[in-house]
Amino acid sequence: MSEVLVLVEAVADGDNIGLKKVTLEMLTAARVLGEPSAVVAGASGTAAAVQDRLAEYGAAKIYVAESDDIDNHLVAPKAEVLAQLVADSAATAVLLPSTQEGQEIAGRLALKIGSGLLNDISEVDADGTATQVVFAGAVIVKSKVAKGTPIYTVRPNSVAPEAAPGAGEVIAVDVAISDDAKKVTVLDRTVESGGGRPELTEASVIVSGGRGVGSAENFALIEGLADSLGGAVGASRAATDSGFYPHQYQVGQTGKTVSPQLYLAVGISGAIQHRAGMQTSKTIVAINKDNEAPIFELADFGVVGDLFQIVPALTEEITKRKA
Amino acid sequence: MNIVVLVKQVPDSGSERTLDSSDNTVARASADNVINEMDEYAIEEALKVKEAHGGEVTILTMGPESATDTIRKALSMGADKAIHVTDPALHGSCVIATSAVLAKALGTLEWDLVLSGAQSTDGGLTMMPALLAERLGVAHLSGARKLAVDGSKLTVERQTDGGYWTIEGQTPAIVSTWDTMNEPRYPSFKGIMAAKSKPVTTLSLADLGVDESEVGLAAATSTVLEFASRPPKGAGQQVKDEGDGATKLADFLASKKFV
Ligand SMILES: Cc1cc2nc3c(=O)[nH]c(=O)nc-3n(C[C@H](O)[C@H](O)[C@H](O)COP(=O)(O)OP(=O)(O)OC[C@H]3O[C@@H](n4cnc5c(N)ncnc54)[C@H](O)[C@@H]3O)c2cc1C
Repeated sequence: MSEVLVLVEAVADGDNIGLKKVTLEMLTAARVLGEPSAVVAGASGTAAAVQDRLAEYGAAKIYVAESDDIDNHLVAPKAEVLAQLVADSAATAVLLPSTQEGQEIAGRLALKIGSGLLNDISEVDADGTATQVVFAGAVIVKSKVAKGTPIYTVRPNSVAPEAAPGAGEVIAVDVAISDDAKKVTVLDRTVESGGGRPELTEASVIVSGGRGVGSAENFALIEGLADSLGGAVGASRAATDSGFYPHQYQVGQTGKTVSPQLYLAVGISGAIQHRAGMQTSKTIVAINKDNEAPIFELADFGVVGDLFQIVPALTEEITKRKA
Repeated sequence: MNIVVLVKQVPDSGSERTLDSSDNTVARASADNVINEMDEYAIEEALKVKEAHGGEVTILTMGPESATDTIRKALSMGADKAIHVTDPALHGSCVIATSAVLAKALGTLEWDLVLSGAQSTDGGLTMMPALLAERLGVAHLSGARKLAVDGSKLTVERQTDGGYWTIEGQTPAIVSTWDTMNEPRYPSFKGIMAAKSKPVTTLSLADLGVDESEVGLAAATSTVLEFASRPPKGAGQQVKDEGDGATKLADFLASKKFV
């Protein structure tokens, strides 16, 4: 069976190293194409922390490249690791997460190995045909890579991860990182806390607030509702631009693209640029006082009314039912 | 410090966008084309660096002839000159081929710093600056929400999902900007008038020494097989809150097993 390389995205939370959910999603998607091999490239100790889980989700092999050269420099060393693995293995495709870092690595890799790539795909078939949802969710495109070993970046939350045990054979790889790949040094990594909530692109439930929420203080209502559902908090651009909520939580064309199981839009009108970032959510719920707000066109369930009445009551109701 | 800003013309994200059914490329003729909004932050940052450190700001655009509107807009904000790479053979070029052409064009210029927007609003590609850095063998400092220039040393705060990283590199370098970096200025009347007489150099593939066979639809490294409008999501149930909105919504969430 042909081998498919999957670049692992790990996250460090203090001393805890975990996997981003998109890694498990990619391992699941990769099985359609062949036998997945996970590639861990990063600081030493990363693979040890995640290899059991990689095997649980189908990694037949786990290639491990760990060094300070990789950890201390931005992106480029990881592209060198992947390029060497493509050359040395019989890999027939490479999957990376469609995150900023994943996309940058994918681009560099494509040039190194002379391949074509498809970006931000939501699905791939056995024959390599990939599906992309573009233009604010208005158009579905099916494409194929026409050159080399196909490279795909996979949109988080598009594939339901399924466990399927693999052998998980750990193989250390030694990659000499070139000077060219060490031109950008990472001096420091600063965590800005998300209040213990799941990360936006990974969350299965997101509650987003818009201009209608009215102030930074009022966003506590949105946070409360999100916490009752175990979800993440998002915001429209009007809300982030007004300083109601930090910019990194912005959902939309110029913010994050999210695809959760449940998206709750509160006091958000549903401008096309906002929809661009949330349109592929599985279930969409809207709370808005204007019954003609465009967000209702996509909502599976909409409540027309005052968010300041509905949100606290809903949070209470959910908390009660969950107790 | 001489700076080049990569600027792209895109179909307006507020208008209806689709692909052209004759060849599956982005339908540009039918759309309102505008400057990629994300590029305005890169232009603003370039002007700020120039104001602090001197030098010249050059706009580099690849695109059809109509992209001159976009170029004038960038010049009216205060950039000094522009290079417009345009050639009928470029139509349908993939991101890889486009990067080859832009890399060649950058080779015709003297620069210390290249600035680009975080992504384009039509293709959503974060990839172009990374491709250029790979081709040119220069540093790429990406996702910059803050840039500090100290001689040839560049320090950037890179926006990440959970916070930010402080990263450092030397010129010549490419920096891709984030849209919280600054507040792009509006062109002044004087700026708009001045833009009309600023030099815009047009370069064809032949001028750049790129063979036509390396670009365009036929040479694309990926092929669109088909496209379709996504079926509009039928609007679901709507209730008016009569004091029972929260309960009804909780019932709905329970029916979907979220509660
Ligand atoms: C190039 C470009 C990129 C953009 N990128 C993004 C992006 O990434 N993300 C994004 O979100 N936007 C983006 N925008 C902006 C977008 O066009 C909208 O301006 C923005 O989404 C509006 O945010 P909003 O819905 O919160 O505000 P508004 O449109 O002002 O809507 C507020 C809503 O709240 C409702 N409301 C008010 N009070 C209450 C109440 N008490 N109870 C219930 N409902 C209430 C109102 O009825 C209204 O529908 C972009 C724009 C451009 C031009």
